[in-house]
Amino acid sequence: MPHHFLVHQAGDSVGVSVTDLEPDTVVSGRYQDDHRSAEVSVLDAIPLGHKIALAELSQGDPVIEYGVMIGRATQSITPGQHVHVHNLKGERWQ
Amino acid sequence: MIGTRTFQGYRRANGAVGCRNHVVILPVDDISNAAAEAVAKVVHGAIALPHPYGRLQFGPDLELHFRTLIGTGSNPNVAAVIVIGIEPHWTGRVADGISASGTPVAAFSIEGQGDLKTVERASRAAISLIQDATSIQRETIGLSELLISTKCGESDTTSGLGSNPTIGRFAERFADAGGAFFFGETSELTGGEDIVAGRIADPELRAKFQRLFDEHQRIILDQAADLLGSQPTEGNIAGGLSTIEEKALGNIQKIGRAQVSGVLEMAEAPVTRGIQFMDTSSAAAESVTLFAAGGAALHLFTTGQGNIIGNPIVPVLKLTANPNTAATMTEHIDIDISPVITEDMSLDHAADLVEDAVSACASGRHAAAEVLGHREFVLTRLHRTA
Repeated sequence: MPHHFLVHQAGDSVGVSVTDLEPDTVVSGRYQDDHRSAEVSVLDAIPLGHKIALAELSQGDPVIEYGVMIGRATQSITPGQHVHVHNLKGERWQ
Repeated sequence: MIGTRTFQGYRRANGAVGCRNHVVILPVDDISNAAAEAVAKVVHGAIALPHPYGRLQFGPDLELHFRTLIGTGSNPNVAAVIVIGIEPHWTGRVADGISASGTPVAAFSIEGQGDLKTVERASRAAISLIQDATSIQRETIGLSELLISTKCGESDTTSGLGSNPTIGRFAERFADAGGAFFFGETSELTGGEDIVAGRIADPELRAKFQRLFDEHQRIILDQAADLLGSQPTEGNIAGGLSTIEEKALGNIQKIGRAQVSGVLEMAEAPVTRGIQFMDTSSAAAESVTLFAAGGAALHLFTTGQGNIIGNPIVPVLKLTANPNTAATMTEHIDIDISPVITEDMSLDHAADLVEDAVSACASGRHAAAEVLGHREFVLTRLHRTA
């Protein structure tokens, strides 16, 4: 497998794993827009299809994917952490 | 080149192009299901479409009921229809609506006859309709003459990364070649609605889109409920989707960068070619039923976690980019494009695979959902019965 996660585009604060990621490993990713690669140290177990943080986020910060806000961080988030419903909440239908 | 590709299909009296040749026994209402299903057992070569509605509906809900039944009977995959209802007026209304499309129809009502006489009369009529239908030969037709619909279900992040952008690339090519292509799922545009609105050049159509979107938002917000677990679904969440906005942004990858040339009410037939937004439910069987009633002959369904939906009259081809789903649910998956995310398969290559599968399926190869007997015919209700 040439990469462990994909990122939709530059500026996104999360990537998406394409395989199960284990904590305490360094994994590589690829940007879908410019094919640039990235590396990040994994902090949590992250199943295939789940998001990995690429940026340092404070509580209330927008979480960006596809270049667009998909919700806000409900707690501070560090690169390598699992980003999902426990630390990310949408703004619509609230 | 999709513009020069052909398939073996059926051209109907009104010029519409189909890829299946069903004779349908269509109940107008719930209490006529038994007779409709009995006819489909007496004769071979017809399919009954039972459903739970059609009594005491009124207003926009009743109009949608009629439009969906008439659209289903007029679908280009349907060669002939037998309509059965409890009384003659609404039965006649559905039959006349289907007949206006040029499709042969016979109509029967049960009151004053009983089920048994109705089943006998309808079965006798079905014999000649089936024999006429089975006399029709497939002919060579341009693939871009088809009306194709798309929807995603049990989506996960692999849908937004792989299967939906693949459909988007296919949709761009298909619309460029003159094809007509439905997308919908009004609630699942939430967070990406401005991107869709920005693709609609005509100001009147853009306003219509905004009205349909806002109406759906109001219905959801009026409930003041926490939708987590419903939208996104539990399956979506298991697959890594966290918010409706994230789901919507993945969803709209299915139209790629294409412009939107039509905006339609539920079950409305398009008047132009190109990409058509139809206001639909985001539930799989409801939306595929509405697209079929709008005239879609083939459906492209993307899934992440493994939605298994089919339709009685429209072949539903299923794609996944999730390598786990491709491995564990092989009997449901027609096109495995997981190498788009795990390897470096290009979207162009993946869209080529879709073209090949569409061409084969449209020419008669059964989709996995057809082989597995998935015939979900689900009518959308707008409000309570009177």
